[in-house]
Amino acid sequence: MSTLDDHGKEIIKKQNNGSGGAIIILFFILGVFASLIVGWVIFPKLLYSQKKQPIDFNHVIHVAEVENGCESCHFLRKDGTFSGAPKLEQCVDCHEEIQGVDPDEIKFVEEYVSKGREVPWLVYARQPDCVFFSHAAHIKGGEMDCVTCHGHIGESESLRVYEENRITGYSRDIWGKSIGGFKKNTWDRMKMDDCAECHQITAANIEKTGIKTPTNRLIDDIINVISPWSLSTAKGSSVQTERDACFVCHK
Amino acid sequence: MKIGRRGFLSFVIGGAAGSALSPLPWKLMDDSSIWSQMWPWTPVPPDGEASYVNSVCTLCPGGCGITVRKIDDRAVKIEGMKGHPVNNGGICLLGLSGLQLLYGPTRVKSPLKRIGERGQGKWEKISWEEAISAVVEKLGDIRSKGQSHTVGFISGSDRGSIPRLFERFLTAYGSPNLMQMPSIRDSYELTLRMMQGVQALPGFDLENSNFILSFGSGILDGWGSPVRMFRANSSWQRADVKIIQIEPRLSNTAAKSNKWIPINPGTEAALAMGLAHVIIKESLYNNDFISNYAKGFYDWERLVMDKYSPDSVAAITGIDDTTIDTLARSFASASRPLAICGRGDGTTPVSLNECMAVHALNALVGNINKKGGVWAVSDLDYINWPEVEMDATAAVGMQYERLDGARSRRYPNSRYLLNRLPDSILSEAPYPLQALFVADANPLYTLSDTENAGKAFEKIPFVVSFSSYMDETAQHADLILPNHVFLERYEDVPAPVGLLQPFISLSKPVVKPQVNTKHVGDVVIQMAKGLGGSVANAFPWDSYDTCLKETMGNKWTPLIEEGFWSETESITQTLEKLFDTNSGKFEFVNPDKGSMPQFKPAGIEGDERLYPLVLIPYDSIRLASGYIGTPPFVVKTVEDTVLIGEHVFVEINPITARSAGLREGQRALLSTPKGKAEVKIHLFDGIMPGIIALPRGLGHTAYDDYLAGKGINFNALIGPVEDPDSGMDAAWGIRAKLTKA
Repeated sequence: MSTLDDHGKEIIKKQNNGSGGAIIILFFILGVFASLIVGWVIFPKLLYSQKKQPIDFNHVIHVAEVENGCESCHFLRKDGTFSGAPKLEQCVDCHEEIQGVDPDEIKFVEEYVSKGREVPWLVYARQPDCVFFSHAAHIKGGEMDCVTCHGHIGESESLRVYEENRITGYSRDIWGKSIGGFKKNTWDRMKMDDCAECHQITAANIEKTGIKTPTNRLIDDIINVISPWSLSTAKGSSVQTERDACFVCHK
Repeated sequence: MKIGRRGFLSFVIGGAAGSALSPLPWKLMDDSSIWSQMWPWTPVPPDGEASYVNSVCTLCPGGCGITVRKIDDRAVKIEGMKGHPVNNGGICLLGLSGLQLLYGPTRVKSPLKRIGERGQGKWEKISWEEAISAVVEKLGDIRSKGQSHTVGFISGSDRGSIPRLFERFLTAYGSPNLMQMPSIRDSYELTLRMMQGVQALPGFDLENSNFILSFGSGILDGWGSPVRMFRANSSWQRADVKIIQIEPRLSNTAAKSNKWIPINPGTEAALAMGLAHVIIKESLYNNDFISNYAKGFYDWERLVMDKYSPDSVAAITGIDDTTIDTLARSFASASRPLAICGRGDGTTPVSLNECMAVHALNALVGNINKKGGVWAVSDLDYINWPEVEMDATAAVGMQYERLDGARSRRYPNSRYLLNRLPDSILSEAPYPLQALFVADANPLYTLSDTENAGKAFEKIPFVVSFSSYMDETAQHADLILPNHVFLERYEDVPAPVGLLQPFISLSKPVVKPQVNTKHVGDVVIQMAKGLGGSVANAFPWDSYDTCLKETMGNKWTPLIEEGFWSETESITQTLEKLFDTNSGKFEFVNPDKGSMPQFKPAGIEGDERLYPLVLIPYDSIRLASGYIGTPPFVVKTVEDTVLIGEHVFVEINPITARSAGLREGQRALLSTPKGKAEVKIHLFDGIMPGIIALPRGLGHTAYDDYLAGKGINFNALIGPVEDPDSGMDAAWGIRAKLTKA
């Protein structure tokens, strides 16, 4: 009995061993797929909350009405600061009375214009508070177009949903729509790497500042350790950037 | 299929590998670093359009021009206004912290009516209509009984259109009882009246003087217009001007002066007389001035020569006679010397004799209305309202004697004697006070002997406070009708006392009223309208803004545009026109009263055997001791040797401390004839032996947690000492003792 039992067990063991390897691989693959689905599909849905703008806005209609394009409403003030989203002051000239029958228009006039309340717009491109960014330097100094960073928002007929990062409280547009951080256009992302993209190349009107993005910094450090002679040793006032101090761009 | 241990582990490992290939860990890392660098609970000031509004600061009588930086509708920073005649871009600590008084928690947010006991802190919010009609009803009632004179009004100052509206209201209503908070200005005004026959404010040409003899004036501790004084001091340092500071304690001013001469407190007049003695004896005085523009000099000279030789003065003041000799010679030989008085920040008067003795020193060297000297400055006469047409009740009411005894037969030349009010209320003499209004003042904190003042307030049946803050006086009122704070209201602000050039600044609303407050000018106009008849007729304006605009006339536009307005021609009074005395000259001896500058020891309260020490106050630019409470930013700057936690330090000389067995940091009980308080000991070589000093501006029971309960109120430990010549409170200290706690 015992031999049989032993034999029988052996057989079972062997059988288990053969199908066991496949199961392990299967579970491994299942694990990989499950986490990929969580990471690429479920996680972004959990990370961002969907918020509606207080009222809808049609850029196309307004751009057609004004003479000076984007800068008619999103202008630089006399002191060089940027006005951002327009205030009621700019809207009341036309919207003191309700224009047409659009429910958002009625809501705008009744809830905001007549009560003198500013519209609490959710700003897609609001950078974290630690970032110092001058529109004047880029629009005037760098002669850049709005589209380069903001895309074709001026051609939109309604405002898309604002997605707010539940951890940081900032807009999804900063990291970009692609959760993997991939971009096709210059306006797809607004992280420091994207600033550095322009600031690392030398082109007309762009001053090369040699900013190191966190990724570039890591690569440079590795190269530096392997072959210390291959990198230039020029250093600026900041150890981190080897050029200018952090507070040029960071508060 | 059964999931075994291995299967599970491989699932987990697969999951980990898959996660590494997904954005999840990298994105979480990035987000958590953003989150931890910008905690959501850290306040971030909202972005917006920057703008600047020019106005004037009224937190102290300094009258500095300010430029307030705004982001959209929010005021974010107060800066000194460039080009303003007082401060030209400079600002003090209190002015800089003014925004905390605008947005801080201590404001009264709507009209309040007391529902509990006085001082219990139980209030009911009422509407402005209810509040004003309650006042009108009460005032109408008092007036109908023919007792209009029993209504009093305490104002921070009597200059500018707002105090003039109070005065106008009382005149039309029928009461002579408008009082202003006391200050060194009262002593100087009286001195100018007695010696020069003019009703004028003192002007000090500090910037052009080259020898400053300060009888305890805290040049850097809040005296005069503080920012102007800082600027003057800087210019003196550059130009090598001599500054001599005479006071018993090494104050900041003394530390920054060229020479600090410690003096027995209260004997400043004796020193001035001793200096006069040397100057006269050595014929160092200005002969031209004395022969052509002065009268009574020879009578005064006899007194000076008889009684005030350096020897005898040395015995009184504790300053040795050679120092007196040297000081007198250097003062008289300087080309533009200037002597000033008023202890500390100048919020308390000095005795008439002291002020006259110091002024006589200026006269001796002939620097009256001269470059670098003392000027008699007439206030700009820009408020030209039609005369009030009084009805019979008002005419009768105005005939009554004032409650504080000012302008009476006893004190004919003193204009306000608020220090005498508490006793007058308590004794109901000459008549009981039935209603009291308080604006821009906090008498229950600032009057000497606060306990007595509190008792007096208890006796007044109806007290109305116009305070914007829940201060000590507001706490004990029946009704609070909160005024806008200085950054929310229009107000004309005449040039601060001490400046030569008369001008007007305009305080402008920088932001909209933040809470349910009302301009005190509007409230007074509405009170008058509510009373009707001749009282209403005296106020033809719809609102205070209209009143101010009409009053200013063609000055309004420059005031709005520039922030201030001044006469184009400067003051060019000649000496002949200057003296409005019977003789037309500077009077060393007042012909009516026969009084002349001399030293009359002003005794202080307390028995020397029971109270062996003398307690004096000191002022600091870091503590506000008047109507405005010190804002939290400023409290933070107070040194650990002044205030630590809730404990205040009393300064004592190490020699005195040793004999009393007291050590640094030790707790002790400080008692005076007026009160007791626990203090900590701070040994300080810069205070004369036998004397101890406490800072003023602490020990509030009202305001917010940042100020209330910190330290002790000096005014609670001292009582008033009435100057027999002026009726003013000339107390400079009180006897005290320290015992180990």
